[in-house]
Amino acid sequence: MQQQAFAVERPLARPMWQRTAIKTIGELAKHFVLVPLAIIFMIPFFWMLSTSLKPDAQIFKWPPVWIPSPIQWSNYVDAVTTIPFFHYVWNTLIICGLSMLGVTFASPPVAYSFSRLRWVGRDFLFIVTIATMMIPYQVTMIPVFLIWANLGFINTFVPLIAPHWLGTPFYIFLLRQFFLSIPFELSDAAKIDGATELGIYRRIILPLAKPALATVLVFEFLNRWRGFIGPLIYLNDQKKYTISLGLQMYQQENYTEWSQLMAASIMLTMPVIILYFFAQRTFIQGITMTGIKG
Amino acid sequence: MGRLTEPLRRQLATRTGRQDQINGILFALPWLLGLSILILYPIGASIYYSFTEYSVLRPPRWVGLANYIKMFTADDVFWLALYNTVYFAVFSVPLGIIVGVGIALMLNMKIKGLPVYRTIYFLPVLVPEVALSILWLWVLNSQFGILNAILWEVFGIVGPGWLADEHWSKPSVILMALWGVGQAVVIYLAGLQDVPKELYDAAAIDGANAVKRIRHVTIPMITPVIFFNLIMGLIGAFQYFTIPYVLTGGDGKPAQSLMFYSMYLYRRAFVMLEMGYASALAWLLFIIVLVCTLLVFRSSNRWVYYAGR
Repeated sequence: MQQQAFAVERPLARPMWQRTAIKTIGELAKHFVLVPLAIIFMIPFFWMLSTSLKPDAQIFKWPPVWIPSPIQWSNYVDAVTTIPFFHYVWNTLIICGLSMLGVTFASPPVAYSFSRLRWVGRDFLFIVTIATMMIPYQVTMIPVFLIWANLGFINTFVPLIAPHWLGTPFYIFLLRQFFLSIPFELSDAAKIDGATELGIYRRIILPLAKPALATVLVFEFLNRWRGFIGPLIYLNDQKKYTISLGLQMYQQENYTEWSQLMAASIMLTMPVIILYFFAQRTFIQGITMTGIKG
Repeated sequence: MGRLTEPLRRQLATRTGRQDQINGILFALPWLLGLSILILYPIGASIYYSFTEYSVLRPPRWVGLANYIKMFTADDVFWLALYNTVYFAVFSVPLGIIVGVGIALMLNMKIKGLPVYRTIYFLPVLVPEVALSILWLWVLNSQFGILNAILWEVFGIVGPGWLADEHWSKPSVILMALWGVGQAVVIYLAGLQDVPKELYDAAAIDGANAVKRIRHVTIPMITPVIFFNLIMGLIGAFQYFTIPYVLTGGDGKPAQSLMFYSMYLYRRAFVMLEMGYASALAWLLFIIVLVCTLLVFRSSNRWVYYAGR
């Protein structure tokens, strides 16, 4: 009885208008913190955009010019001509495309084997695979480099692409978790109908795994597009540079060409942001999936 | 031996068993190659190299523990790189957790415009590290950068040299790391949405106000997510490479205040071609990360709360 009285009494303790006022003030207080914070987060983007459109005279000015006038679009033209921008983009896209193809070819069958096939040694190998994810890449970086050097593949895209044709532990893990969630009755039914294992994999499991595969491919594209250390180690001929490496090298020699550097940085960032807006759910899901279950 | 071969013998005894075994290995074949050639062999080779002097041009020469001894006794830059990295980890990881949880808590309060805020805080995560570094070199430019402009015009403060000043360069990269807090925010938000609503109702009936509900319900419930971010943050800090490399052109200037551990390892390996010494550095890195992770794991039963356990 007493509890019930308590529960009824408390909400009635304050008149309606007061409660609405408190709620409104509370809501405003949150935005009071979130809006300035959001502005602070956006200022670097604004600064990047603003600088990329400034005539040279307005870049080195104190106090700084916030909005460029006149707006100088030609900075973008300069950025793609003084830096062989599209050539670098082309190189990067070759690496992205062939790596993504490799991931599609190699990682799902391994995940399939680790989740839906019964064989001796499977669980042991899966644990080894997970354990190798804990080892920092710096440990394997040097011997792997020496392997490629001995095979004569330095300054080619091969060391950047080939590993993805042999399976990536993180993707194998993600896809395995997904494959485990597909009902096993589907495979059993197909088997009774005389399907082979390859048939089950290609006709049933792979089509069902499209969302998981999409997540993995988005990850792979982003990692190749943004990747820096791999190209830095393996590529030393300017003709072979990826966009990240090319931009860094250009910056080293022309560190005062701020308008061009900002224009090029925007062009390097834009594809990622566009992809984000198209595949927002995949992004968020991918991050929370790796964040919570990883 | 019998215990190990027995399951295999039983598997191979039937026709379907044999077929399954062959299929399993065939499907996993690419990775069995990848695992052995690109991971297991390199791990072994790297242990061996770490006990040798190896300049690529000449075959490795066994030197025993000399590389490890040199690191601790005769390499000042190693200690400096270790100090810089620990400094970065000690500040950036806890600050990232506090700011990340703070933003996530505010966004989780059924706020209007959540998708807009979430996108704004997440956008910096999308910027490729090379573009991000170049952008911040310009934001933090001591003469013409926008941060010092705001400090002067709004607060009347003459800003420091940031990345150009050895005393401010590490705070600068910590600030840059905080700009990328959106990644953690997304993970915290997902964790917050998993907190059962009944818990808040129960706490409210018991007379807990909003602050107490956050302190005694929300925070304990998301400690597993904080724990995960703590470990990933520590590992990330020790592998911090691209940003300081681009900011400093690879030499860690000014006064090597931005020489971080992984960058130093890269220099030893690919600039000075000391593969043996660099391998020893890599193994020490692994041991440091492992010990840190184990320490965090061991402390976890005192502060991480797993519902249902």
